[in-house]
Amino acid sequence: MAAARRCCSFALRAARPRRRARGPGAASVPLVTQGAQAARSGKSFIHLLNSTQLLVRLASLDARVTGELTDSRPQRDIGQSPAESGDHLCLFPDVRQCEDSSQKPESLTDVVNVTFIDRSGRKIPVKGKVGDNVLYLAHENGIDLEGACEASLACSTCHVYVNEEHFDKLPEAVEREEDMLDMAPVLQLNSRLGCQIILTKELEGMELTLPKITRNFYVDGHVPKPH
Amino acid sequence: MIVPRPLAALLARVYCRTTGSGSSSSSSSGRAFSGVQWFSSLAEPELKVCIVGSGPAGFYTAQHLLKYHKSSVVDIYEKLPVPFGLVRFGVAPDHPEVKNVINAFTQIAHHDRCSFYGNVSVGKDISIEELKQAYHALILTYGAEANRILGIPGENLLGVYSARTFVGWYNGLPENRNLNPELSSETAVILGQGNVALDVARILLSPIDMLKKTDIATHALEALAASKVKRVLLVGRRGPLQVAFTIKELREMINLPGTCPLLNPSDFEGLQQMIKDLPRPRKRLTELMIKAALEKPSEKEAEHRAAATKEWGLQFLRSPVEIVPSNDGKRVAGIRLAVTKLEGSGKSAKAVQTEDVEDLECGLVLSSVGYKSYPIDPSVPFDQQQGIIPNNLGRVLQAPGLYCSGWVKRGPTGVIVTTMNDGFETAVSVLEDVRLGSLNVSASKGGFKDIEALLKQRGVRPVSFSEWEKIDAVEVAKGEKAGKPREKLLGVQEMIKAHP
Repeated sequence: MAAARRCCSFALRAARPRRRARGPGAASVPLVTQGAQAARSGKSFIHLLNSTQLLVRLASLDARVTGELTDSRPQRDIGQSPAESGDHLCLFPDVRQCEDSSQKPESLTDVVNVTFIDRSGRKIPVKGKVGDNVLYLAHENGIDLEGACEASLACSTCHVYVNEEHFDKLPEAVEREEDMLDMAPVLQLNSRLGCQIILTKELEGMELTLPKITRNFYVDGHVPKPH
Repeated sequence: MIVPRPLAALLARVYCRTTGSGSSSSSSSGRAFSGVQWFSSLAEPELKVCIVGSGPAGFYTAQHLLKYHKSSVVDIYEKLPVPFGLVRFGVAPDHPEVKNVINAFTQIAHHDRCSFYGNVSVGKDISIEELKQAYHALILTYGAEANRILGIPGENLLGVYSARTFVGWYNGLPENRNLNPELSSETAVILGQGNVALDVARILLSPIDMLKKTDIATHALEALAASKVKRVLLVGRRGPLQVAFTIKELREMINLPGTCPLLNPSDFEGLQQMIKDLPRPRKRLTELMIKAALEKPSEKEAEHRAAATKEWGLQFLRSPVEIVPSNDGKRVAGIRLAVTKLEGSGKSAKAVQTEDVEDLECGLVLSSVGYKSYPIDPSVPFDQQQGIIPNNLGRVLQAPGLYCSGWVKRGPTGVIVTTMNDGFETAVSVLEDVRLGSLNVSASKGGFKDIEALLKQRGVRPVSFSEWEKIDAVEVAKGEKAGKPREKLLGVQEMIKAHP
């Protein structure tokens, strides 16, 4: 499968040099189901169902590789120069997101591994280091966490849920953070503002979940099954 | 297993032919495969989007589209020569951190698939129909410009203004620069108990030394320096549990230097028991009010209050019935309030007027009872009663190709995070419609090229984002001289002249 992916990637890059290669990620469109639906429709191409499924799976692979349609979450550029990422949306002025980010921790003792869980439930492991601000760490790793007020405790767009085990290890929120959390939609007991969480060794293994925004919201471009 | 690409492409073309062009009436199986259409073409067909209004709703919707549709081209139209809507003209001058979001919006505007066209008034300079011809999708994000009116006698007397107009005045909104509000009496009454009411109260009572370091409009700073207003009362028709302001703003008011809160203890007695099981935000907010009203102030706080020269208060269960004129009949001299009682409780409690009335003497009345949207064009459906464009998840009802987000979609409430989520939701609706084929992108559209020709004919000169950045530089330079973050240019003509 990995060989197929690389092969596809090569073929596509030859055809479309501007497209970026992406890391692995779960396809969120239930393609096998779509194939099955096509089968039920009784159309003439049913006899090619196996190839259809293969084709569609290949298509989704293609999408993963090119970043179109199904998985367009911006990620670190892999093997592509910044100049080629012309249509990549560089949203965060203070963060070197567009470059091949070499935010490698100074030494192993500095490393803090955390996991972000994005709005579609996908787990994204991230290597941070002691002293990192979780909001900017998210930005550096292409996680969809907004920081409208730029960490000045004047908004709640960087609202995250912290897993229970690590929530208790965080220093208590100051009053101003609590005030802004009051404005966050779907506030939970384990809610914090990402811009107020600074990594320490104690937070190794922490999981940070992005709140689901609305019932219509599929951040990775997932298309709901047609009825 | 690998299928050779030429064979795969052939198969894809066969399937695409059988699925048709993705019309919305196709069977579910056809729709299921429309996502494969792109496979046979090298890139997704271009999606040209027009966004009307360059405030947070417009920019967040644009951001999401640009990020998740690699062939989208997003043009943001704005009536004023300058972008950002209420972030520039609504957020109080003493809240600069809230305006940091402008940096994110600037990044979006710099994206090579995004363009800004200021000084173009949709509905006047260009019609909705003309935009629909030029773009695949039209997203209305023009906010809520109108005020809800009180509908009581005396509303048009001198000294009576909508809070919105007053905010526009101190924030340098061109159309409000000549407001020249009446600040010569000691008592001001604000009708409404939301964050806008608190903003206005705070600006009226803030020490001038604090205000002069902000980007407040100079004419407002000068007028406030000469203001006689010493007491501001925020009057609401319901009770303490229904206040619409939020805790950060209330805390700021309680701690405002030189002022003392006037809270009637009897309004808060027994409230502590009632809030035990309320959601956290309402509970914390009410606890803060109770504390300010009932708790004995600390020594430091008592000193601070004793030294205060200005005061602000909350009056509950009062509904305005008439604004009373002065002897010459020209200006406001007072306000007559009916005493109300509550029916029901919590958010849905309703205020019902009783027979009793109370008169309050005042020389300034600011009505802060909510905003409303205007209908932009007869062809766009509009719900007059709710003051919004009828929609489902941002899809305008009975109007394919038309979408909305922000206040014009859900009503004029909420903070930046609400509008951000809202903008993303609408963008997702657009993306879904493209993928499911209900938004037809098979025919290419002219986009701004088509609109440009029409604007030229009509003598309308759009202002680009880089031209805004020149205006921005002029404002910042002028502000530096005065020790302010910027000195806003107040007139549309001035703004246009500010760049060669």
